[in-house]
Amino acid sequence: MLKLDGINKIFNEATPDEKIALDQINLDLKAGDFVTVIGSNGAGKSTMMNMISGALTPDFGTVEIDGKNVTKYAEYKRSQFIGRVFQDPMAGTAPAMTIEENLAIAYSRNKSRGLRIGVDKKRRELFRESLESLHLNLENRLTAKVGLLSGGERQALSLLMATFTKPSILLLDEHTAALDPSRAELITKLTKQLVDKDNLTTLMVTHNMQQALDLGNRLIMMDKGQIILEVEPEAKKDLTIADLMDAFQRIRGEKLVSDRTLLSV
Amino acid sequence: MFTAIFGSVEQGIIYAIMALGVYLTFRVLDFPDLTVDGSFVTGAATAATLIVLGYHPALATAAAIVAGFLAGCMTGILHTKAKINPLLSGILMMIALYSINLRIMGTTTETAIGRPNVPLSNVDSLFTIFFGWWGNLGIDTAFNNVLASIGIDNMPKTWGTLFIMIIVTFSIKIIFDRFLKTEVGLAIRATGDNDKMIRSFSANTDTLIILGLGISNALVALSGALIAQYTKFADVSMGIGMIVIGLASVIIGEAILGTKTIVRTTLAVIVGAIIYRIVIAIALRVDFLDTGDMKLITALIVVVALILPKFLEKHKERTRKAKRRAEHKVASGQEAKHLA
Ligand SMILES: Nc1ncnc2c1ncn2[C@@H]1O[C@H](COP(=O)(O)OP(=O)(O)OP(=O)(O)O)[C@@H](O)[C@H]1O
Ligand SMILES: [Mg+2]
Repeated sequence: MLKLDGINKIFNEATPDEKIALDQINLDLKAGDFVTVIGSNGAGKSTMMNMISGALTPDFGTVEIDGKNVTKYAEYKRSQFIGRVFQDPMAGTAPAMTIEENLAIAYSRNKSRGLRIGVDKKRRELFRESLESLHLNLENRLTAKVGLLSGGERQALSLLMATFTKPSILLLDEHTAALDPSRAELITKLTKQLVDKDNLTTLMVTHNMQQALDLGNRLIMMDKGQIILEVEPEAKKDLTIADLMDAFQRIRGEKLVSDRTLLSV
Repeated sequence: MFTAIFGSVEQGIIYAIMALGVYLTFRVLDFPDLTVDGSFVTGAATAATLIVLGYHPALATAAAIVAGFLAGCMTGILHTKAKINPLLSGILMMIALYSINLRIMGTTTETAIGRPNVPLSNVDSLFTIFFGWWGNLGIDTAFNNVLASIGIDNMPKTWGTLFIMIIVTFSIKIIFDRFLKTEVGLAIRATGDNDKMIRSFSANTDTLIILGLGISNALVALSGALIAQYTKFADVSMGIGMIVIGLASVIIGEAILGTKTIVRTTLAVIVGAIIYRIVIAIALRVDFLDTGDMKLITALIVVVALILPKFLEKHKERTRKAKRRAEHKVASGQEAKHLA
């Protein structure tokens, strides 16, 4: 479903600020895979997500979605098949527009936009029904401006919008990080619910180990622009935080002798 | 006085079309587009030139709309494709249009390449064609009789301009409102609101910006074409300061009617355009002010319209707080008495 092949990215090449953000990233997601991504700050997680979404282009390497090489596709073109939720709850919605108008924009993602009215009666019903699944009473506030919603509500709406057209890939980059714990938990629950409903192929970055373990069938750990650990479905089932900490320590230690072959869990 | 105000209302409704264009760029797209000063004249020049060359005024006006649309698209291309900053893209286009406008009007004469103005005094315009039909209806006499009966003796020559322009401008408003609710319209609004978000929903923001600027300047050019036919001339300098007038209309209207919904905001913009003309007409009747002071007055109006709503809000807040404090005092005073 999603295939990254030898992705490299260097920022500020040939300057004192040169930074190898991604170093030979290979990743292969099958349809329905839900991969959680962990790793320290600056490991390259967001950069990898941006490579997939097309917000950044790799120096070399290819991105394949659904068997199609999309490396050269512009961001807006790729986003036909990719749903995204950002860390900032303000980023995924248009604040001056109403809830139903925002949903209409999400609805048109994989269709060409024309001179049809964005929110007609039929669509409004559809939007209302989908909002009900969030249990946030947003279905009764269809014409409220999104800017008036709380961060948690906005993030829930962003999530619904991102998954509305059942995209081939769903990218979540620390989408619960800016919320208080109870809201974060709600969004985590909704994420599981929405991903399960359509069996979406998902990549989720998180700094919350527990969340990384609770969600998804696979897990990868990144460090210094590389994927240093891949946990496959079988092993992930009984993975614990202690295991992860352990692995991380071990990898870091053993990295010095640069023997990464021993690290697969 | 009555005729002066009547004239400003007529003009205001024509300029309102331009103000709607300015609203689309400044407010909806969040793109401060200065092309307006040039594209307004492009509309006027194109319409006037084609009329003088013998084309039907309706065709000439349609051509003006297309010319304005293309000018706006050019500004959009300068910004999105050549990555030039929005303000500069508009200024560049405005300057370029000055020469283009001279050339457009130049096609009416064999003796020169450029021409700074085209009079329309002895030719048909959309207005004269309309008056031919309107004059037979006898509505003017009827209205003026009503006016006479309430003691106003300075009659407007015709009510036709007002009548037809209300229909035209409000039709445009209704179509405009509706357009902003279509799928494309929603995408244009989202581009101005959160461009990162709309890109992540598979919309090409470059195309949307170009389209939005095109539509905006098409409206501006239409307004210019109608003003040329209303005042019976096109002049290369008639667009100077037009962007500020447009902004003044938007800001005045928003200050008075608010921006709750799009339907309401576009109405506010139209009302703003009319009020702006009335204020100018009144200001010009002040003895020590001269027509040359108009731009200064315009700038002042914009400044006042920008400051006033904030000032009023603060004032309201202060009185509200003071009232609450007073109530609080009374309440705690009574309690103290009660305890004693
Ligand atoms: N546009 C950019 N220009 C220069 N350097 C960049 C840019 N974007 C990211 N980097 C650098 O690339 C490295 C990887 O950044 P990235 O944002 O992918 O990290 P991350 O794993 O998402 O970290 P975090 O957990 O803090 O979000 C960092 O060192 C960062 O400073
Ligand atoms: Mg990050």
